[in-house]
Amino acid sequence: MTGAIIEVSGVSKSFGGVRANADISMSVEKGGITGLIGPNGSGKTTLFNSIVGYHPIDSGSIRFANREISGMAVPEIARLGLLRTFQQTRIYGAMNCVENMLVSLPHRKMSIRDAFRRNSTEDRERAETLLEFVGLYRKRLLRAGSLSFGQQKLLEFAMALMNEPEALLLDEPTAGINPTLINGLIDRLRLANAEFGITLFIIEHNMRVIMNMADTIYCLAHGRMLASGAPEEIQHDQRVVNAYLGAH
Amino acid sequence: MTMRRLVFYGALLALSLAAPFLFPAFKTQLATLWLMIIVALSWDMTGGQMGYNSLGNIFFYGTGMYVAAVITIAIAHDVGEYTAASGGGIYTWTWGQYFAGLVIGTLGAGFFCAVCAAVIGWITFGLRGPYFAIGTLGVAIAAGELVSNWDWVGGGQGITMPNYPGDFERFKLLIYYLFAALGITLFVFVSWLYSTRFGAAINAIRDDEEKAEAMGIHTLRYKMVTWAMAAVFVGAAGAVSAFQLIHFEPLETAYQTINLGIFMVVCVLLGGKGTLWGPVIGAVMFHAFKEVTWSYFLGWQWIALGALIVVVVVYFQDGLMGYLRQRRPDWFGMRVDAGETP
Amino acid sequence: MDQILFNIGLLFQFPLVNLKIVIDGLMIGAIFALAAYGLALVWGVMNVKNLAQGDFVIAGGYTSWFLVRTGWLQGLGLSDNAAALIGVPVAIAVMAGIGWICYRLVITRVVERDLFTSLLATFGLAIMMAQIMNLLFGSDTQSLKLEYDTLYFADGLIDVPIAKLIGVCMAAGLAVAVILFMKNSRMGQAIRATSQDSRAARVLGIDTERVYAFTFSLNAAICGAAGAIIVMVWVIQPFYGITYSIRAFVIVTAAGLGNLPGVIAAGLGIGAAEQYGSHVFGIGYQQAIAVLLLLLVLVWKLARQRRQRRVLE
Repeated sequence: MTGAIIEVSGVSKSFGGVRANADISMSVEKGGITGLIGPNGSGKTTLFNSIVGYHPIDSGSIRFANREISGMAVPEIARLGLLRTFQQTRIYGAMNCVENMLVSLPHRKMSIRDAFRRNSTEDRERAETLLEFVGLYRKRLLRAGSLSFGQQKLLEFAMALMNEPEALLLDEPTAGINPTLINGLIDRLRLANAEFGITLFIIEHNMRVIMNMADTIYCLAHGRMLASGAPEEIQHDQRVVNAYLGAH
Repeated sequence: MTMRRLVFYGALLALSLAAPFLFPAFKTQLATLWLMIIVALSWDMTGGQMGYNSLGNIFFYGTGMYVAAVITIAIAHDVGEYTAASGGGIYTWTWGQYFAGLVIGTLGAGFFCAVCAAVIGWITFGLRGPYFAIGTLGVAIAAGELVSNWDWVGGGQGITMPNYPGDFERFKLLIYYLFAALGITLFVFVSWLYSTRFGAAINAIRDDEEKAEAMGIHTLRYKMVTWAMAAVFVGAAGAVSAFQLIHFEPLETAYQTINLGIFMVVCVLLGGKGTLWGPVIGAVMFHAFKEVTWSYFLGWQWIALGALIVVVVVYFQDGLMGYLRQRRPDWFGMRVDAGETP
Repeated sequence: MDQILFNIGLLFQFPLVNLKIVIDGLMIGAIFALAAYGLALVWGVMNVKNLAQGDFVIAGGYTSWFLVRTGWLQGLGLSDNAAALIGVPVAIAVMAGIGWICYRLVITRVVERDLFTSLLATFGLAIMMAQIMNLLFGSDTQSLKLEYDTLYFADGLIDVPIAKLIGVCMAAGLAVAVILFMKNSRMGQAIRATSQDSRAARVLGIDTERVYAFTFSLNAAICGAAGAIIVMVWVIQPFYGITYSIRAFVIVTAAGLGNLPGVIAAGLGIGAAEQYGSHVFGIGYQQAIAVLLLLLVLVWKLARQRRQRRVLE
């Protein structure tokens, strides 16, 4: 462990009268896999959106790589290397998979002159390697919009990897994916973390997946931080069990 | 580039260069055709490739005309004095002064329009939604009004450029080749641009701007640069038009929102937006159609134009190239099945 | 330049001039607010950004103008003034019909398509309407010069033509009627439901196609009324439409959708701002001032959006 890459301290966010997040503090270790769980409506996606800049927060501070980002907008934060995937996948439907990958080259690392270059053979090879990595190599020349939902999700993940982010926020990566493919996806997420050194921060409903993968897990309930710790601790935490079973 | 392509492009280039000699009576129409191709191609840079439909690119055309005029006059005379005389005084240009005006005026027009595009773009691109289309349309209309109230550039009377100091037929030839050079440069430029990462990035903005932002693409910067590049060519085309027309006035000629300002959109829509050849083919189609039929509409042509826009937008939005792309996707290098591919 | 400085100086030398400008501005602003409300309606309910908004206004104006000029009503023994007042409901009826035709022919194929389809299609519509009016009525500016008195205040420094007052009252009355209609009638409720979630409305058995058609003709009718009021006091011309469209966009952009008090406030504010603008720069800069206001509103929105960390959809 080499310290925290994302530090959230005392973040609150209300929508109208609803407190979606109340005084949340947490941190994501650099190079690790951190999980975020909680029942529906507990404020997980709100917290994600606060971190990546989709809305202003009411109070608190969010730091990424020791920079305050709570006042920045989405593209600025993305350019720092903090990327997110969407719960409803977003890909460029009219382009084919390889084009989708090439567009996802890290523009933050490009100079103006680089941006006016053509994609090099290495770029193409990398795009195809990553498509191979997520198992979409055979479909690389298909229109991305014609892929199935699960395949689009994999493509979006590959695009995120292409972008060489420092940290990647994944909003329910296994939702809507064929259960037989989930194990493969877990392996790929682990590999991405281990081989490319990308810090992962994952919202997940599938307990088996997240317990298998994460080093640290945070659990939200009713917009508050309920518990945190290693997967085993969380699994046996009575408060977490109660929150999921609806007991109060 | 394959041999076939090389032959095809070579033949087209030869035809473009030989055209004014093959059809000597139609030099002006052919020059106008190039103008249409230029404005259509540059409109497509934002409208087709980036998904931002400008309704006011004519602003750069008019501004280019006036910048070129002011520069050319200022090279030899005092602008205020010249416009105040409004043709009453005797003013002359030497060959050197005329061509200096032509070169500096065209370059200056392009540069000035790029600066304008960056400033207006910063305001209208910052917000997504309809603001770009409406803002640009508004700017074009307002510019016409401002210029026609501005006496220093001749006000509503317009402004007169120097006459070409030589034979008139050779002047037409010069104008034709200037437009052709500009058009060919633009075509080569955009076909290069669309093959770069920059081109891919503006396509991404068109397809899903929110995703592009979330992936860290400098969306605002790319939008401004694209529009500024389009503005350079429209401005330069305006400058050449200024020399071609000799006399022009603000509302009907320079900031002709309803004529050329809309023709360029129609050309692109007809040919197919977001494609390299669509705007060119659309411009040729529309120009030919217009030259042949316009006079038979007897005052109804503008209503027909409005109806044409509505029909094309509603029923035939992808244009000729879009239609072909749908019918023959393999021509465009797209696959529809998952078979192994070379 | 000297003229501009002189005009600004005038505002400070004679504070009452300010009052006159503000009153003038509020009166024309009330009409702008009417057209802007119609735009907010179609924008909010069916997501159509109607660039033909101003041309509906002008068409309504020509309807009333034509009615008064033909003299049919005067033949029945009515005065010009009374004929002009009857012109307002006539313009409402005619424009509702034209709006319905536009919906059936064009807009119905544009609803729920992307942003630029609706912009370009309505722009084509705007060109057609402006050109048709140009063919029918010629390109001269037109106005009904009514024989109403003018009220004078403060030693004649402030003049308020009664015709303008009547126009403002009619605009206000129409606004109230539309608000009551939206609140209480079944169709009004259906419109509001559709604007919140058209799919849910369909599931609940609302015929959204009918709602859209009705909304669009209601919008055209509101614009028609605005135009009929304008022609009573101010001037119209076939190609003035686009300026009204831009103003409507300025107002809706500044106020936001579904915010009626905001639309009224922004409309009045923009009316006043335009009057100041034309006092300072001269009457010839009407369109330029409208566009300048649009750009200012956009810059203001940009600054605000930055604080909210988001882009405006």
